[in-house]
Amino acid sequence: MRCRKCNSSAVINMRHHKLALCGEHYGEWFVDSTQRAIEKYKMFDRDARILVAVSGGKDSLALWDVLTRLGYTSDGLYIGLGIQGDIAYSDQSLARIREFQEKVVPAATLHVVDIQETYGKTIPQIARENTRGHGKPCAACGLTKRYVMNRLAAERGYTVLATGHNLDDEAAVLMQNTLHWQTGYLARQAPVLEASDGLARKVKPFCRFYERETATYALVRGIDYVYDECPHAVGNLTNFYKTLLNQLENESPGAKLQFYIQFLKARAEGFFQAPADKTELHACEVCGQPTTAPGRCAFCRMWNITSAQSAVISADAIPVRGQDEFDDVEARVAESVDVSGL
Amino acid sequence: MIQITFRNKKFEVKDNITARDALKKIGIDPESVLITVNRKLVTDDVVLRQGDEVKLVAVVSGGSNQ
Repeated sequence: MRCRKCNSSAVINMRHHKLALCGEHYGEWFVDSTQRAIEKYKMFDRDARILVAVSGGKDSLALWDVLTRLGYTSDGLYIGLGIQGDIAYSDQSLARIREFQEKVVPAATLHVVDIQETYGKTIPQIARENTRGHGKPCAACGLTKRYVMNRLAAERGYTVLATGHNLDDEAAVLMQNTLHWQTGYLARQAPVLEASDGLARKVKPFCRFYERETATYALVRGIDYVYDECPHAVGNLTNFYKTLLNQLENESPGAKLQFYIQFLKARAEGFFQAPADKTELHACEVCGQPTTAPGRCAFCRMWNITSAQSAVISADAIPVRGQDEFDDVEARVAESVDVSGL
Repeated sequence: MIQITFRNKKFEVKDNITARDALKKIGIDPESVLITVNRKLVTDDVVLRQGDEVKLVAVVSGGSNQ
């Protein structure tokens, strides 16, 4: 297959767009498409202070790369979850991010919040001791990440928190919520979640890209990301729905994109309204973060943080480290793909 | 025969077939992988020849921290 623009060998064929491109023209298309999404959904402007949540995976590193190429000012946030498995997953992730930052965004700040260092336990440890998630760490992990991301973004004065969620992520969540008619969740699923009641503004600039498109961009750009999945992600529901949607996509190219885009259109037309009796948010009596119930928030309850310990997790005590203060990390090097010949 | 490597597993298929057909034969969803032949990204209509080094890259990765 040949590139539509220059007739050289294509590296990707996007059947849903009827578009095949070579590495060079694909990189340009990907960056331009991201800018169009930023503008279409009014995500942020040139003056924004952007905090990019980076995991070491393809999506978040590609996002930081694209925002930098587009000239936006952005810093990174990495949350050390203490998930290792037999692949040194968290250590490997931090090593990848550090290499990326030094190479691509050396002037940016990389905030590192190490969960064990801050709260005394790793995510797998707290998950074993807690009923949330019934032994699977994903629920404890999600709660902790959302809390830390929101809090750091708000307290450090960032205008917006950007995550690398792609179309496959969004379509899988949409399918799950639709099958269970979770109307409250459907009302809140969007490329932009506005700031409210102490919650940071959140944006997903990659929400219209297929997962294979962000992976292709990362390879074309030579981004050395963590190829492995989180050891706890294997067999999870999101991956199950992604597999189902891919089967649909094989038979009907564009199915995933249409599913998501038409949902957004219906949502914009008012088909999925938030409940009229909007839940009132309270300030957590320990940390001050917004919570739906009076008293301690879910995060403080899960981590058993009491008022006596509140100073430990005050904003200034979160170990936020700049780029010069990293610990050296022994990381397993994932097999890389040489795309230098593209 | 062509050897295809994916996540430390090796599969063998007959040569002179397209990458897409090869994926079908070994039961891998074409949407779930990127295809590299001789260390270059290619589209799935590429015909695999004897001696090609074929490696697949999983599209899904990560799963934490976003």
